[in-house]
Amino acid sequence: MIEYNEKNIKTWSLVGSRATFGLISLELAKKEKDLMILTSDVSTSAGLDRFRKTFPEKYIDVGIAEQNLIGIAAGLSSEGYKVFTTTFAPFQTMRCCEQIKVNLGYMKKKVNLVGLASGLVLGNLGYTHCCIEDISITRSIPNLTVISPADCVETAKAIESSLEHENSVYIRLTGGQNNPQVYTKDYKFKIGKAIKLLDGDDVAIFCTGTMVKECLIAADILKSKSLNCSVINIHTIKPIDKKIIEEMSNKKKLIVSVEEHSVIGGLGSAISEVKSTIENSPKQLFIGIPDQYKFSGSYKFLKEKYGLEAKSIAKKILNSYKV
Amino acid sequence: MSKKIEKKTILKIEDFSSRIRKNILEMSNEAGANSSHFGGALSIVEIISTLFCHKMRINEDKNWAKRDRFILSKGHSCLAYYAALSEIGYIKKSELKTFEKDGSNLLGHPVANEKLGIDFSNGSLGMGLSLGIGLAISSKKKNLNFNVYVILGDGECNEGSVWEAAMSGAHFKLDNLFAIIDRNNFQQTGTSDEIMSLNNLREKWSSFGWNVLEVDGHNISEILNALSSVISDKPTALIANTIKGKGFSFSENNNNWHHAVMTKSNYEKALEEIENSKKINDRI
Repeated sequence: MIEYNEKNIKTWSLVGSRATFGLISLELAKKEKDLMILTSDVSTSAGLDRFRKTFPEKYIDVGIAEQNLIGIAAGLSSEGYKVFTTTFAPFQTMRCCEQIKVNLGYMKKKVNLVGLASGLVLGNLGYTHCCIEDISITRSIPNLTVISPADCVETAKAIESSLEHENSVYIRLTGGQNNPQVYTKDYKFKIGKAIKLLDGDDVAIFCTGTMVKECLIAADILKSKSLNCSVINIHTIKPIDKKIIEEMSNKKKLIVSVEEHSVIGGLGSAISEVKSTIENSPKQLFIGIPDQYKFSGSYKFLKEKYGLEAKSIAKKILNSYKV
Repeated sequence: MSKKIEKKTILKIEDFSSRIRKNILEMSNEAGANSSHFGGALSIVEIISTLFCHKMRINEDKNWAKRDRFILSKGHSCLAYYAALSEIGYIKKSELKTFEKDGSNLLGHPVANEKLGIDFSNGSLGMGLSLGIGLAISSKKKNLNFNVYVILGDGECNEGSVWEAAMSGAHFKLDNLFAIIDRNNFQQTGTSDEIMSLNNLREKWSSFGWNVLEVDGHNISEILNALSSVISDKPTALIANTIKGKGFSFSENNNNWHHAVMTKSNYEKALEEIENSKKINDRI
């Protein structure tokens, strides 16, 4: 059992989402006889060095070969193993996209994919290593669930829940070390059920991944300007929680989506696909990364450039609300 | 070292092959204007017959944990696969007639179907061997001791993912894994030399660390001998030299039959050729 106590929560936040995956894997391996973790030469990056040494029989490194990674994983899955694969998000989702489609989607071989360092956190390394397309791509594959945890506690919850989930799951990890905490104690997490973190009458902010924390701060800023926002953590992007989108669309004057992802095909699109079926639904403001590979630099620099920190988010919402 | 194989075993497999070839023709005819991958199915008839009629450890329980596993990585050759599954009683003869019809379980590429004993969906080339590696690792880890047989096309070996898998099959020392390469020297739009030279396939697989044997892919005793020539800790690759469209005069080495419509006149000609070969065999 994973213990969601204060000490663990602090540790996970400190080490970041990738290393949290490694720590959770160690816990899961103790009780899951058939657990198998496959990587493509990223054991250190995935926080799996201890796992690799402690449970060598549950660990397979396939080398830098992501297509083979997914094929082997699907083969093991069909023999009853509970399989996680992991590598950096672009390689985990795009290099082997068709293997995911055929083996996990079409054939329904259950494999849990963990995309490391998605979004902009590897900005210094360039857009080969950033990943602003993965939600869009994975979301379009039938029989694949897509989860984007808000912080390291939710990362732990997502990994634990995905083990027993019926479908294959893509878990998109964002943020770096010292990952800001959204959750400071245990809470109820259910795949597909969004979590309302803040209630406000005027605006509904749907957010995911690292943007959840930014949006909570943005909502505070807006409150000081007399604009009351609901903040909803959409940790599961597929299947999307239609009920909460319908509820918010009927009550609020502005719908906002905020994601560390391209504005094409991600959370914003998923919300608008539901919202557009609702009569007289309010306008939607899409906050995310525009359709470009433009700025280069650190995570902080890129978030500022793309207006993905709390202050910019608040400003965009205020401007949109006024119009 | 070749082993003496009993004549009755060869005859049994040859008989199985003849029925497969006949059923390929019938399904191709049923497909009508939908076309079917005729040539590449005919080139693997003796290979698939040797596996399903004799070599593979299988029984009536399609989910038997210890059964040998089969993957048709060159999924477009499914006519031969469906015919083989029909011969062993997994697919009803009547169901073969539904090939490529609306709502059928038997599409132009295999779709995983537990009831029919089809373990994997294939069709997108270059994916089957990786699946096989997962199975072969599992066989060893769980001490089930089953073998894994994967049939690939030579054209399929254009795919980089085949070589990712080849590298890892040797790395993981999977001596329970067999890759059988249907070396018919053709791919969709030309010869493999025209489209993408494969050069020396034997050397390629060998340099990736495999135990490689080259056989006449229509010679059953050669196939059987090769499948028994396993080297400890190495996966085995068979380069099976075959004739695309094997068995009918109009389709042999004629790449127009890669994916084509079976006309009435060709169908009748093929039936006639089957009859004639029966007569010759009877005389022998």
